[in-house]
Amino acid sequence: MMETEFAVVGAGPAGLSAALEASRTGVQTVLIDENQAPGGQLFKQIHKFFGSKEHWAATRGIDIGIKLLMQVEKAGIKVMLDTVVWGIFDGGKVLAIKEGDRNRRVRAEKILLATGASENPLAFPGWTLPGVLGAGAAQTLVNLHRVLPGTRVLMVGAGNVGLIVAYQLLQAGANVVAVVEALPKIGGYGVHASKIRRMGVPILTGHTVKEASGDAMVERATVIQIDEQGNPIPGTEREFEVDTICIAVGLHPLAELAWVCGCEFTYISELGGHVPLHTEKMETTMPGVYVAGDVAGIEEATVAMEEGRLTGVDVARCLGYISNRKAETLTREIQARIELIRSGPFGEVLGEAKERLIERRG
Amino acid sequence: MRVTEHPILGKMDAVREVEFEFDGKPMKGYEGEPIATALMAAGVKVFRYTIKGGNPRGVFCAIGRCTDCVMTVDGMPNVRTCVTPLRDGMRVQTQKGLGAWEETK
Repeated sequence: MMETEFAVVGAGPAGLSAALEASRTGVQTVLIDENQAPGGQLFKQIHKFFGSKEHWAATRGIDIGIKLLMQVEKAGIKVMLDTVVWGIFDGGKVLAIKEGDRNRRVRAEKILLATGASENPLAFPGWTLPGVLGAGAAQTLVNLHRVLPGTRVLMVGAGNVGLIVAYQLLQAGANVVAVVEALPKIGGYGVHASKIRRMGVPILTGHTVKEASGDAMVERATVIQIDEQGNPIPGTEREFEVDTICIAVGLHPLAELAWVCGCEFTYISELGGHVPLHTEKMETTMPGVYVAGDVAGIEEATVAMEEGRLTGVDVARCLGYISNRKAETLTREIQARIELIRSGPFGEVLGEAKERLIERRG
Repeated sequence: MRVTEHPILGKMDAVREVEFEFDGKPMKGYEGEPIATALMAAGVKVFRYTIKGGNPRGVFCAIGRCTDCVMTVDGMPNVRTCVTPLRDGMRVQTQKGLGAWEETK
């Protein structure tokens, strides 16, 4: 059995930041990811981030990813790729992993689950047809693998993901016929909405998809207006000839490992649904098991990085690599930065939701 | 459709083209890219048919989570094609239902 002080599951923004923060103090750290390459979803984020300078404002996600990976390499952190963590045993102390074709175990004093999120589907007649896919999926295909899922796209959801991906599909040469949004107003930032409007894409608020149809794949989408109660208004149907329907209706924490290891959960819709309870230092109800990033509640990559750092600091403190006082100072600094990211109308809601979560953890 | 030129990402990196087989037909893709994107670039959208209704399915999440894109690859069913790298000479088949293991020689 392999042994380490700190095992991090998931090499996205949260996991990379946690590994860096802990290993810089001397903590022996292993970073595990099931993918062929580290970086999580950063490498498909080709837009510039918002916020202050300390939060990588005006930097593209892809460039943040490159920087973090360089730092991880320089720090000499052991990175295990193509390695799936399929179970956690011994009260959160032993990870069962499949490394390529080989099964083995890793014993760690502290474990961070930074497993990210998964896209929500949306059920409507025809929703299972090939051609209906997640907006994040389309983003992966286009920006990472350089393949367009289709040429005529309907985007469902006008939150930031829907707006940003609609723009990125246009950048890649697709025709986005419309963005529909069930709510009466656009959920994402005005800047993103303006960008696609300037390119002639209508944003239909108070509308939803009634149906997708086609022989063996999507050939058209029927869009319908809905009233304030969410009921479709007959006679308002509009048809769009499309080969692709992208679904951008939110994400949920990818928390299977937290479930199997026995962490307690709570339901907070603003954070994406069932979220593992955790302290302000990101520790779950299982001692020594932490969560950070989207798995701890859906927010921005900038918050994920800070939550990773919070974990790294606490792990270093628990293992005796830094003093309580030093940890306290670092933690306050990180928390102040998180507060700054969460200022503003979108972040405030999340910040309040997160406070409720931490209170429930007690 | 391949995005060979991109306003932010620029030209595509140099890649090695490999040949693979899709339902018995020869096809070309890039070494190491997901099997799914090689198929999508060639216009393939239906990856499998469901066990109960025999309904078509394609890529949904593209990050290995939803398992909607599973196919039979080199005689092994339920391979997540969106996260499995394409290799030279691979045999990729549209999967029907749960698929079947090929007898190993």
